[in-house]
Amino acid sequence: MSQSTATYPRQPSSFLSEDHETFRQTVASFVEREIRPNVDAWERDGQCDRELYRKAGAAGLLGLRYDEAYGGANLDFMATCVLAEELAKGDSIGTAVALMAQSEFALAILADEATDAQKEAFMAPAIAGELIGAIGVSEPGAGSDVAAITTRARRDGGDYVISGQKTFISNGTRADFITLAVRTGEAGPKGISLVIFPTDTPGFEVGRRLDKLGARASDTGELFFDECRIPATNLVGEEGHGLRYILSHFGGERLVIAAFAVGIMERLIELGLDYANEREAFGGPIMGFQTWRHRFAEMATRLEATRLLAHQAARLLSDKDPAGDIAVSMAKLHAADAVQSVAAEILQLHGGFGQMEESPIPRYYRDVAGFSIGAGTSEIMRELIARALV
Amino acid sequence: MIVVVCVKQIPDPADPGALDPDTKTLKRDVKLILDESDSYGVEMGLQLVDAAGEGEVRLVSMVPNSEVSGLRTALAMGAESAVLVSDEALAGSDALSTAKVLAAAIRRCEPDLVLTGTESSDGYTGTVPAQVAELMDLPSVTFAKEIAVADGVATVKRQTEDGYDEIECSLPAVVSVTAGVVEPRYPSFKGIMAAKNKPVDEVDLAALGIDPGTVGWAGAGQEITDIAEAPAREAGEVIVDEGDAHERILAFLDDLKIL
Repeated sequence: MSQSTATYPRQPSSFLSEDHETFRQTVASFVEREIRPNVDAWERDGQCDRELYRKAGAAGLLGLRYDEAYGGANLDFMATCVLAEELAKGDSIGTAVALMAQSEFALAILADEATDAQKEAFMAPAIAGELIGAIGVSEPGAGSDVAAITTRARRDGGDYVISGQKTFISNGTRADFITLAVRTGEAGPKGISLVIFPTDTPGFEVGRRLDKLGARASDTGELFFDECRIPATNLVGEEGHGLRYILSHFGGERLVIAAFAVGIMERLIELGLDYANEREAFGGPIMGFQTWRHRFAEMATRLEATRLLAHQAARLLSDKDPAGDIAVSMAKLHAADAVQSVAAEILQLHGGFGQMEESPIPRYYRDVAGFSIGAGTSEIMRELIARALV
Repeated sequence: MIVVVCVKQIPDPADPGALDPDTKTLKRDVKLILDESDSYGVEMGLQLVDAAGEGEVRLVSMVPNSEVSGLRTALAMGAESAVLVSDEALAGSDALSTAKVLAAAIRRCEPDLVLTGTESSDGYTGTVPAQVAELMDLPSVTFAKEIAVADGVATVKRQTEDGYDEIECSLPAVVSVTAGVVEPRYPSFKGIMAAKNKPVDEVDLAALGIDPGTVGWAGAGQEITDIAEAPAREAGEVIVDEGDAHERILAFLDDLKIL
């Protein structure tokens, strides 16, 4: 847990207003007060404190884009970017993921497709931080190939009866509800629906908390469904439209990952500047060596390029511009690559000290490894971008 | 219930500040923020208004240069309005001048209760709350950790070295709130947007009927004669356990009067 004394001279973003920058201060002090002092314990425990959701809810961080009627703030993806950039600086991406898996991943589809009664029952308490939500899509046999999911929801009178298995589900081990992808119809893309699954349903079981390379303060679960009966009124939107809902809301998740990368790069560069200015070798601070000066210049440029791509994508997604999907794919593809390279550079800069777990550097190095995997792999991002070109 | 909270806008303590060698005071020509020690008073005020079920929190502040960014933070937390005394002649005001100006501004707000921090994070005199009370001829209660208001009476738990005193006083009164006793809420995005439209009544000294010659550098009754570097921190004492470490630690803490 180290404080950086260097302040990265962030380029002004023409996409952000003064209100966004003031809000950035709110999130920064939330991170400083509520997150960073606790992350060592949360990383060790494999999950952040449940109380953090309530605090984030009270600070208005969990419903930025959603209807004020349910406790939201009616804002757009630019605010999401600022939130994700700042949360990522708390030296625990797992904690940031835990909050945003709720606010962006689990709730986004509900905000657009759920009924008023569903929003009242699940979205409003999640925005307040009283309930924890998760999105359940991935299965042992279906990752990037979302249309291959096999978890089955059989209609039985006024209920769905669900059997199957999910894995790699963020917030999965303690979510109160899951926005769950199930197969209600034929094989392939048209047989998929979404339901809101309350986790106190009999027959539901959390397997084990998965032991991950990074993002360790985000609990990630294996989930089992054995003849779980939920009311059919928990169907989200229309039956058979689930895949479309999922794909059309991936943009927010991908944007969050890109914005996390921006925040992490800022934090890593600040930590790196502190070290490079203090650490002496061959008679002077290592910042004096051109090899490092130029590498910092590269890192700052990558950071700003990522920020521009992310903010541009956020603007387009907010405007529901069809170009938004490609923009956010580019932002995420670039962000994963940039943040992984910056994390490796900062690790290299710190030499032996960077190998030590008391520094946040190795944690960041591990945390960003998943950035080219989660919310759509870099391979899928390239494929989506390529489709728009050919 | 109208709760007036005095707030100070100060240079961000996170940025390395500098002293002006001519005036021997902190340079303030930078962006100012809400003094964190005042955020507890704002939070306490908001909680009291919530508990009363009616009323509002009004802010009072003074600056030489129309700065409002710190006030906007407190407005974003939930305060409804602010009176900002802004006048070039305020530069260099000492504690008593500050109290005079604040008292005049507070009167305009017709408060049921006035809350302050115990001391500012940049000046640290800790005398302004009592001076304001004296100038306004109101009861003064300091170092509050809890405040309850009912039937025109404030019941205050006042922190002491050994615990707390329970004090009752009539209202209006001036109560200083100890830092850390409540958890100041974070200004939400909605609050930030709403704050821009909340009224900030900017007044100068003339509007308050205060002669500029009696405040600021001109009216200062105290003078900073010298400033010096803070002494470097001395090395700590290492206690090596030879079976009696616990006793030596207890003795050490006893010397510090912590036990």
